[in-house]
Amino acid sequence: MMTRRALLALLAPLLLASCGSGSDLRPLTVVGWGGSSQDAHRQAYWSAFSRTTGIPLREDSWRGGVGVIRTKVMGGDTSWDIVQVETEDLILGCEEGLFERLDWSALGGREAFIPTAVHDCGVGAMLWSYVIGYDGDRIKGAGPRNWADFWDVKRFPGKRGMRKTPKYSLEFALLADGVPPDQVYPTLRTPAGIDRAFRKLDEIKPNVVWWSSISQVPDLLGSGEVVMSVTSPGRLVVANRTEGRHFKLRWDGNIYAVDYWVILANSPRKQEAEQLLRFMTRPENQMRLARFIPTGLTNIEANRRVDPKLKRDTPSDPANMTNALELDADFWVEYGDQLTQRFNAWVAR
Amino acid sequence: MTRRWVSFALIAPLLAFLIVSFIVPVLLMLARAVTDRDLDRTWPASAAALRTWDGEGLPPDALARTVAREMLAAHRAGTLNRVANRLNYDLVGSRSLLYTTADRLAAGAPGETLADLARIDRRWARADIWTVMRHADGPLTSYYLLAALDRRIDTGGHILRVPREQAVFVDIFLRTFKIASLVALFCALLGYPVAYLLASLPRRIANPLLILVLLPFWTSALVRTAAWAVLLQTNGVVNDLLQYMGLVDAPVQLIYNRLGVYVAMTHVLLPFFILPLYGVMKGIDPTAMRAASSLGAPPLLAFLKVYLPQSLPGVAAGAVLVFTLAVGYYVTPALVGGGADQMISASIAFYTSQSLNWGMAAALSLLLLLPLLLMLFAGRTMVRTVPA
Repeated sequence: MMTRRALLALLAPLLLASCGSGSDLRPLTVVGWGGSSQDAHRQAYWSAFSRTTGIPLREDSWRGGVGVIRTKVMGGDTSWDIVQVETEDLILGCEEGLFERLDWSALGGREAFIPTAVHDCGVGAMLWSYVIGYDGDRIKGAGPRNWADFWDVKRFPGKRGMRKTPKYSLEFALLADGVPPDQVYPTLRTPAGIDRAFRKLDEIKPNVVWWSSISQVPDLLGSGEVVMSVTSPGRLVVANRTEGRHFKLRWDGNIYAVDYWVILANSPRKQEAEQLLRFMTRPENQMRLARFIPTGLTNIEANRRVDPKLKRDTPSDPANMTNALELDADFWVEYGDQLTQRFNAWVAR
Repeated sequence: MTRRWVSFALIAPLLAFLIVSFIVPVLLMLARAVTDRDLDRTWPASAAALRTWDGEGLPPDALARTVAREMLAAHRAGTLNRVANRLNYDLVGSRSLLYTTADRLAAGAPGETLADLARIDRRWARADIWTVMRHADGPLTSYYLLAALDRRIDTGGHILRVPREQAVFVDIFLRTFKIASLVALFCALLGYPVAYLLASLPRRIANPLLILVLLPFWTSALVRTAAWAVLLQTNGVVNDLLQYMGLVDAPVQLIYNRLGVYVAMTHVLLPFFILPLYGVMKGIDPTAMRAASSLGAPPLLAFLKVYLPQSLPGVAAGAVLVFTLAVGYYVTPALVGGGADQMISASIAFYTSQSLNWGMAAALSLLLLLPLLLMLFAGRTMVRTVPA
């Protein structure tokens, strides 16, 4: 009797442990970017999905970087099913076989989505941009109109907030230097073009506060640490709504990109993940997302039917897309290492 | 003897766990710094042919043909990315070169000779892509370690510096060790009196104070860092106070520079210095100090001759702990530092999670780990040589 009880006591933790790690016992797990973006997705999709299908959902959040997923897949960690990724992550992860190839016919066909949202391994989740943001309470009147004004520290004295990465910074420098949007990446693909971008950055460098997390931007602008900043519109729009701020956005020469949903190749719940993917990309559901966060939609019909007022602070409004530039993820996959190295050396000098 | 075996048996599960879950993965990761299997595993025939090629000028047609065949096969099998990314690390542009060439081969373009390849893209008629391939034929490589030291190897096998605008890692390493050393020093200057106070006060008062030291652990380092941004910004509390007291006329730049990094990191890491030192100070017999005074030593001399040497193991332990944690920091310098304050773990994180260049991440990690191990060893010897 005693020995059997001892044996049970020994085995119980093992049994529990094997249950805990048994991925077929955990609910379908969806991974977003946290913060207001994740809140919006929950309100627009996830609660309704669980309610209508009876499939329980577990949430997790991450800060991007396909290496995180590679580590999980290599290490046999199957805790995530469906993840929101950036374009470079999508390209690298798809090549490595980290993601499932999507069944596009089940999603309504490739032509139901804007072209940039369609990829063998991923479907566009949201369309977002980097734009110029400034505080209307500090810069009265006209304000900066474009990147040339952003560079003009005589007319607009004060510091500028920029993201501490070569990505976006080099593109904006060339736009400020008068390179037409469609020539930015061809120019950056030449050594002379890269030199030109860094020379333009030299001009503004003493006046830059480099931020590394987008969550810093509302504070930097709100406290007056910087007078204008590279920013994504979402947080400033939310701050205007909830904190009575008067942040303004300038869309001229914005860089836009798509974030994608992918299903991990080692997901033990692929069918449910596909079900969730279909749910999140249906037009009637995507239209709801725009209510909770200012974002461009990827489903063409959703874009047609959504209230035009909700498009105002998004890349889906044609009025915002003057001189706009689509992020060239292939360029950054190829040049990212070299330019990050050079940028880090430059920024420290 | 049996007792030793029993105690070994008791720690054996922990040891096995550590080996399987920590030591082996770390070694496997670090091995990537010196191994180079992307090309020779994906293109075995090309790798063999590259090894027999003398590397002079342009390759023979037979080698070009082998490469073209394996390129096409890898493209069809979906494994071309391994070679394409590996070559691209060394020669930017190789990735798109391989993909566009493979696409053209798949569309029926001939790839029987070097001239055929050059017709698809004239870069194939240049020596650099072939040299890079030859350097990547594995199984071992010096590429990553050299690159992590801002060096590269040329066609003739000479080690050269990379161009100035690409040279970054040596600077970041030196900066990382400098910041970590100074943070450890600041923690020592601020932490020693606190630990002394805690150790000498009666328990009734010391315990609540100790809780104050531990309190910051309940808040995430991220939140504490963000709080410093609020205090130190141009229109922040500290600047307002300085101006109110008339110490400065205009706001001082206290954050988004090195000063901000020192302040925030010292604050976040201070408890890691105080706690081990407090533990050591508690063990120092107070009668020794009284004995010194009764023998006529003035307080300062008694402290220097009797107390300080006995507390040094605690200082060393705290400093090593703070230094070790500090060299691995990257969130705090990223949030409160400026352009010149990035530390090496930010680069390691970049190569690990963004660009998937794990060879480079491993090489940088190895170069970070070696001085740390040396320092830990030196710290141990120092603690041992301190008279008990």
